[in-house]
Amino acid sequence: MKSYSEIDTTVKRASKAIGFSWGDSEEIGKCIRLLEMLGISGVRNLNSYFKVYNKQKFQNINLISKDNSSSIPYCPISAGLNFLNQISHMEELSEISISNIAYPVLLIPFISRASYISGKKILLKIDGQNLLLNFNQSIYSNFSGKDVLEKSKSINIKFLENVNLFSEDEWKELYKLSEDTFVEESDELKEVAAGAGLTDND
Amino acid sequence: MKVQLREPKFVMKLSKLGSFHQTKLSFLRSFLNEFKDWKYKRDLFDLDEYGYGRAVYSFQKKKRIYSLVCFANKINDDERSDRVIATKWDAAFTLHDGIPTKLDLDRLSENVPKQEVGRVSYKELTLSRANKSLRIFEHVVESLSNGVQPDKNILSKVGYLYRTTAVYGSGKFGLADRFRIKNRKEINGPFRLEMMLVYLVRQFTFDQVNHIAKNKNPKKAVELDPDICRNLGIGNSTGLGMAPFIVNHPTLLNNWILAKETVLKKIREIKNVDPKELELFRNCLIKSQKNIENWKTESEFQIKKINELKIDLEKFSKYLNNQLDINKEYLFNDIYNWAENNLTDEGIEYIVSLMMEPYDNIVKPMINEMSSDEDEYFEIPTSRTIQELRNILENNYSEILKIDFSDKQSNQNFWFISKNKEEPRLADRYLQKGSELEQPLAIARDIKRLYQKISNEKNSSSVGNFLIKNSELRHVVRRAFIVEKFPYAEIQDNIIGSKLIPIDMLRLKLSFFGANKFDPRSDKWLRICMFQGAPLPNELNSFSEQWIYNSLN
Repeated sequence: MKSYSEIDTTVKRASKAIGFSWGDSEEIGKCIRLLEMLGISGVRNLNSYFKVYNKQKFQNINLISKDNSSSIPYCPISAGLNFLNQISHMEELSEISISNIAYPVLLIPFISRASYISGKKILLKIDGQNLLLNFNQSIYSNFSGKDVLEKSKSINIKFLENVNLFSEDEWKELYKLSEDTFVEESDELKEVAAGAGLTDND
Repeated sequence: MKVQLREPKFVMKLSKLGSFHQTKLSFLRSFLNEFKDWKYKRDLFDLDEYGYGRAVYSFQKKKRIYSLVCFANKINDDERSDRVIATKWDAAFTLHDGIPTKLDLDRLSENVPKQEVGRVSYKELTLSRANKSLRIFEHVVESLSNGVQPDKNILSKVGYLYRTTAVYGSGKFGLADRFRIKNRKEINGPFRLEMMLVYLVRQFTFDQVNHIAKNKNPKKAVELDPDICRNLGIGNSTGLGMAPFIVNHPTLLNNWILAKETVLKKIREIKNVDPKELELFRNCLIKSQKNIENWKTESEFQIKKINELKIDLEKFSKYLNNQLDINKEYLFNDIYNWAENNLTDEGIEYIVSLMMEPYDNIVKPMINEMSSDEDEYFEIPTSRTIQELRNILENNYSEILKIDFSDKQSNQNFWFISKNKEEPRLADRYLQKGSELEQPLAIARDIKRLYQKISNEKNSSSVGNFLIKNSELRHVVRRAFIVEKFPYAEIQDNIIGSKLIPIDMLRLKLSFFGANKFDPRSDKWLRICMFQGAPLPNELNSFSEQWIYNSLN
């Protein structure tokens, strides 16, 4: 088995060799390492992409807007890097769609990192398959992640508001149960067990 | 009294960093302290009469066990090379996490002796190999087999039986990734497992030499005297492979230097120095001067530095004995200021090392601050402004921004990775091929390019917008934001300039390892000695903290 450190280093060097800058290559190394750690085949997808990278034309997204479409497939790495470059602006857009992107799996780790940076969960939809990106800690998905995905017709990225997944009543029920670990305070305890007095006027 | 930390632009110059010495913070010393209550054991020693075969040594505490697995092999004298291109070594080692099974040992025996072309697994933590110092090893075997101890004068010229030529860790060649083990308390210090490997290898060399001597002459042979063992270390031959590490791990470098600088600051701030503490400092100085007499090298560069150090320490001794008013407050601040005004960098840093000796209470807490979770600082804050970036560059790279990169000599060298061994190398840009494949280590040049490039940008513009158009500078934009938080993260020098002395970079790192007797063999590689004077494994529960000043006295 290759270690994640080896994956990071080799991907970084391969990315530089194919034409990315060193700084971009560092980012790609970290992203592919992340995909592999999360059980999604980063190396396979990247390797497939690099085989065609200099043979076919791919469109770079520079300024990302709410709706992005191109007849030439977008480069997922350029899209990912520029998503991070414009992260504060992306949050303002709230929901972003990108049509026709090559090797969309390679975009996932950039968006996952964006979730951590923004402090918001992000729902990423790749041709109808959902990935919930949880602050770059985990990915909840119905996406198998084992195969090479050469192209996606439509990607949708949605920043989710920080809300709880439970109702106020459910919380109250649980909180009430937690109160059973507390001691009922008698008058005596009120006087002796706390630091301050019952009245603290001065 | 508040003393300021020494400024990065003063400390982080290569000539300064290349004058660092081992200290109480050094990794091999903190390793011994951490593992002094661990149970040491030789679990397997299966060598033939010539000393070839396998052995296993372990450290254990409760359920945690680390095992050094050793393979000693026969090689011809003409196959023995310290260079990384070598393919055979006298011995090869790996540190295994736990107790290796028979299957593990068989798997490792197929792979560990091959080193870089073998594969190890996540169950292995470090990997290394070593070659005999032939002149010493044969002399010791010959002496012991004849029933006499070896000549200490001959031993003192080398100081070790074996020298390692590489020690690998952190995921290389299939080894465990750092994240798998980083939460273990006992290895909460940089390179602790590498230190463990080297320390146990040292014991293997003693056991092997005794074993060979015994087999050579069973009736007459004696064992190597423990006093002599204690005064032998493990050599290490180190080339450029180590140099880029300190550039590629800026937060880690910061934490090493910051620990040293913080300890120095706190010692200078001690108002009333206890006479016993001053006495310990004085004793270490006297003992260590004997060590310097045994610091042998043929390198003119190093001979000059050693001579300067000797002169410095003579001057310092006179000052300490005749001029210093020991009744004054803030004694160590006076001592440091005197050193800075009167000594060379070699001498100043030597005194700084000695000043730490009496102060466990200051040093020990800092040892736990010397690691770094580097991934935490990887993200570039792209919403920050160009004005902020410019301020960071001007505040943290003032020395570098003065370098004139239109001068050919400022661009003389380039760093690259060799294809045959995947090791870092340095070459002349104007004489050798390959500069188009330059590694991103020319930080000073690229920082200056970044500074020039942002001069045309709007102050209020975001760093993210700048990166969209200037991805070739992304690596140094990241560094700038790291340096903002970690002021000692960057070498304040040009490491592609014609005046670069690469072994300064090696010495910086090796001093933190705790190496001594730096012996440059050229400007690009050197030999050192580790653990010379250190307690033996069966002495770990009780040893002098100042063992490093006791070697061969």
